[in-house]
Amino acid sequence: MPITDNTYLLHINHKEIRVTVQPEMPILWVLRDIIGLTGTKFGCGMAQCGACTIHLDGEAVRSCVTPVSRAAGKGIITIEGLSPQGNHPLQQAWAEVNVPQCGYCQAGQIMSAAVLLRENPEPTDQDIDDAMSGNICRCGTYLRIRKAIHLAAAIQKSRAKQ
Amino acid sequence: MISRNSKEKLIGSTRPYKRYCYVIASIIALLTLVNMSAFKSESRLAKFVNPRFSKQDSTISKKAFLQVYRVLMSPRCMNCHPLGDIPLQGDDSHLHFQGVKRGPDGTGLYALKCSNCHQSHNLPGLHMPPGNPKWHLPPANMKMVFQGRTPHQLALQLLDKKRNGGRSVKALIDHITSDTLVLSGWTPAEGVSKPPLTHKAFVNAFNEWINHGAVSPDPEKK
Repeated sequence: MPITDNTYLLHINHKEIRVTVQPEMPILWVLRDIIGLTGTKFGCGMAQCGACTIHLDGEAVRSCVTPVSRAAGKGIITIEGLSPQGNHPLQQAWAEVNVPQCGYCQAGQIMSAAVLLRENPEPTDQDIDDAMSGNICRCGTYLRIRKAIHLAAAIQKSRAKQ
Repeated sequence: MISRNSKEKLIGSTRPYKRYCYVIASIIALLTLVNMSAFKSESRLAKFVNPRFSKQDSTISKKAFLQVYRVLMSPRCMNCHPLGDIPLQGDDSHLHFQGVKRGPDGTGLYALKCSNCHQSHNLPGLHMPPGNPKWHLPPANMKMVFQGRTPHQLALQLLDKKRNGGRSVKALIDHITSDTLVLSGWTPAEGVSKPPLTHKAFVNAFNEWINHGAVSPDPEKK
């Protein structure tokens, strides 16, 4: 619910931000054009490609079709807020495997993979396919993405032991 | 007074009589059990062949179900009752893009949960995700498949609590009458068709099917 007419209190990357926008405005517009968090990308605008994936209360929603009214009062995490130091196991694995080619889809790929690893810390190839098949990569980095997710799972496991 | 000899004779003569009594009692008990189990299977049958319904009722009921069947097999209903674990899309009922899967509770898996894209309402524009607050498939432990079912099979399935989501007949009628996810079939997203009957005609046909005996259409000849 808005605080007042069309003014929403959003919790983005653990910070409270007040925006005054139309209730049906997609969160992606708010993030990129109003707040200036441009890590999340616009791909298709119709929930088909996954480039705009963010976390809304921990779920990998497509921000290009999710109205800001739905996000009010919920926790939004973007690629900028995935880990304060940028050392999330997925980010570390992505760098080690050198996953990106053009890089445009990668923020969405990582955000989707983060949900997978949270719900299934030791995913199989099939689990990875089931989680990631909604994120399209035009450069075809799928094999490196799969490899990096396995590596991230191992990093996450070793950190948990420490 | 009875002499010892005559007493023994008397006892001796009652022994075979007792044996006959046991045998007869066992036979009666056995017959009672057989009768009870026959009664049980008759009452099971009575659910489907109720003597208070006439042949005419049966004809009306079957005819009404065929109308219900047309709606249930339309893409707006069947697409969320697929044979496999991947929902269907569009008027041609193709497999859902993005490789979306049912998941244990019917709401998807990992980063591909239904509500990650489907909002509480249809989004404007062609090929935009349709929406409903309850968007989901039936759960994995009760898939309630429509796709590929014949009228006979689907009618029996709808009446079977073990295969219809545990619903009584009343709950079934409530489900098709007022469940917002069912109703959303009649307000589809842009560019896709509505079911072949109006919602009112569908509910009427469903009630007619039930009220005339909930008779399943005859099995298809192979």
